[in-house]
Amino acid sequence: MEKISVFSGLIAPLKRSNVDTDQIIPAVYLKRITKTGFEDGLFANWRQDPEFVLNQPQFQGAQILVAGPDFGTGSSREHAVWALRDFGFKAVFSSKFADIFRGNSGKQGLIAGVISEADTEAIWAAIDAEPGLNATVDLPSQKILVGELEVSFEIDEYTKWRLTEGLDDIGITLQNEAAIAEFEANRASWKPKTLPAKGV
Amino acid sequence: MSQKPLTLAEKLWRDHLVVKGENGAPDLLYIDLHLIHEVTSPQAFDGLRLAGRDVRRKELTIATEDHNTPTTDIHLPIVDPTSRAQVQALRDNTKEFGVRIHSLGDKNQGIVHVVGPQLGITQPGMTIVCGDSHTSTHGAFGSLAMGIGTSEVEHVLATQTLPLQPFKTMAINVEGTLRPGVSAKDIILAVIAKISTGGGQGYVLEYRGSAIRSLSMEGRMTICNMSIEAGARAGMVAPDEITFEYLKGRPHAPEGADWDAAVEYWKTLQTDEDAVFDAEVFIDADNLDPFVTWGTNPGQGVSLLDSVPNPDDISDPNEKAAALRALEYMDLVPGTKMKDIKVDTVFLGSCTNARIEDLRSAAEIIQGKKKADHIRMMVVPGSQKVRLQAEEEGLDKIFKDFGADWRFAGCSMCLGMNPDQLAPGERAASTSNRNFEGRQGKGARTHLVSPVVAAATAIRGTLSSPSDLEK
Ligand code: SF4
Repeated sequence: MEKISVFSGLIAPLKRSNVDTDQIIPAVYLKRITKTGFEDGLFANWRQDPEFVLNQPQFQGAQILVAGPDFGTGSSREHAVWALRDFGFKAVFSSKFADIFRGNSGKQGLIAGVISEADTEAIWAAIDAEPGLNATVDLPSQKILVGELEVSFEIDEYTKWRLTEGLDDIGITLQNEAAIAEFEANRASWKPKTLPAKGV
Repeated sequence: MSQKPLTLAEKLWRDHLVVKGENGAPDLLYIDLHLIHEVTSPQAFDGLRLAGRDVRRKELTIATEDHNTPTTDIHLPIVDPTSRAQVQALRDNTKEFGVRIHSLGDKNQGIVHVVGPQLGITQPGMTIVCGDSHTSTHGAFGSLAMGIGTSEVEHVLATQTLPLQPFKTMAINVEGTLRPGVSAKDIILAVIAKISTGGGQGYVLEYRGSAIRSLSMEGRMTICNMSIEAGARAGMVAPDEITFEYLKGRPHAPEGADWDAAVEYWKTLQTDEDAVFDAEVFIDADNLDPFVTWGTNPGQGVSLLDSVPNPDDISDPNEKAAALRALEYMDLVPGTKMKDIKVDTVFLGSCTNARIEDLRSAAEIIQGKKKADHIRMMVVPGSQKVRLQAEEEGLDKIFKDFGADWRFAGCSMCLGMNPDQLAPGERAASTSNRNFEGRQGKGARTHLVSPVVAAATAIRGTLSSPSDLEK
């Protein structure tokens, strides 16, 4: 996973609340056997509408999404995070996230930052005033800079640490590599191995 | 130094602890065996590729094809494109990463939870994981065996460890002697009906008592298999002479001095006398009847001698609502005798009840008998090896003479990911483990039963126990 610190990118508004994971990526896209390539499924139903925000020319290449409350509710599918990530998003902000979605985001290198509802409205207004605006996300100091506006966001310390260090679950476990190797060195030699044995 | 008495589950935890978690962080446990199949592994391998990681312990990893595989014409390409792609991905991934695989046609191909024990690679005292909830089956050997999700599959592939929060322990004491025609499946269906489908949540169950001790390994596997249907993370039975006898001489069992060392360790895998469980449940085996489900979750079961329950008699409002919904889906009327329920299909298969002993017990009942005309019976051995052994013993002939369909190994109608499905509205007596709405096909109605009840049902055409046949 890439380490995240301070980055700038195009910011887009998603003026809807209760965006559930079925909307983020409909079930028909879950049959894949890969872990990438889910960008085509992102908001697939909504994207059929030419008016949908992510279809508009000024928001092409957006990396930061600011959505209404209760984002990522519903089914626990990790694919919702994969789809946002594959589409190019590095951060999503909302005044409220579903817990599982927020957990999955941290594991996949996507910032899910909590901002107040007032700040959500303020950012939307700033974008409306100047569509195609770039914003800067500063993870270490937990701030978003949108034009003149400076907004702080919440993220738990543990997730912030793993995002700034670029550590996925496996990366965190592998920090204990020495302990794993030591455990392996002490395992009984008769423990079964899957290498071909008698007659199989 | 006096040591705190431990339960079996706690001993296994202690013996696999790599790093103790601090400040609420999970413990890191070592995984002795990682079983893989085609449905939950493709994205895990893809994740490894994306991160440039390798499989840490190829020699502790083994794959088989089961969920999607056809049970007829196995020499032909798989018809459904999604199924075909998943199976092909498993073949490609195991080849690329150097993991042993048993593919369709191979004698060790079959349901992942049948293959491990049959190879003798499932042994007491191990931690075993698989991206499949019924991994609990392997707990029958006195191992800590758990189902995991795809992200965890990737984690185990890369690190051979898993971060886990400790769980609570529950003793399920089953004392007494089973009457003829009553089997392991009836014990576990009775346990689930007693503690409900959520009763085991957060627990590892240990099945104990004289009725469990006298069960064969097959019977113990049937019970541990369905621990997940009680909501438990895992189920286990302490190893004993029956366990050692089952393992001795199997391809991956230790030999010579290794065998002695292993048995010496295995014998320590007992819950200490003074150890305290977080919860205990008692079941009287003497008075147990054959058990069947009437509803759409495995906890909705009754004695085969009973009738379809009346939702009005259920006091809990949620359970009552669930019962009403279930009866509507199952098209059943309260008060109907379970034995009067007519079924269309009998499915003998799945990781719960498709081992050689299950096939033998069903064959014994149908031998020389005639199948009810309207019944379709499908027999799907749990593995290709079970199939071959059954053929050696002539069981296939008994099933075929009876008019049953003798198939190749796989999950088959247990979940209907391959073409083996029930039609909408079709009613089945099934030896599998889940009777959820639509599990065996859209609109399909499932009654969970033991292999001998399945056999008796195929003869009489209505849900029946073997004792109904003698009259
Ligand atoms: S037989 Fe059924 S329960 Fe068992 S692994 Fe296959 S699909 Fe799952």
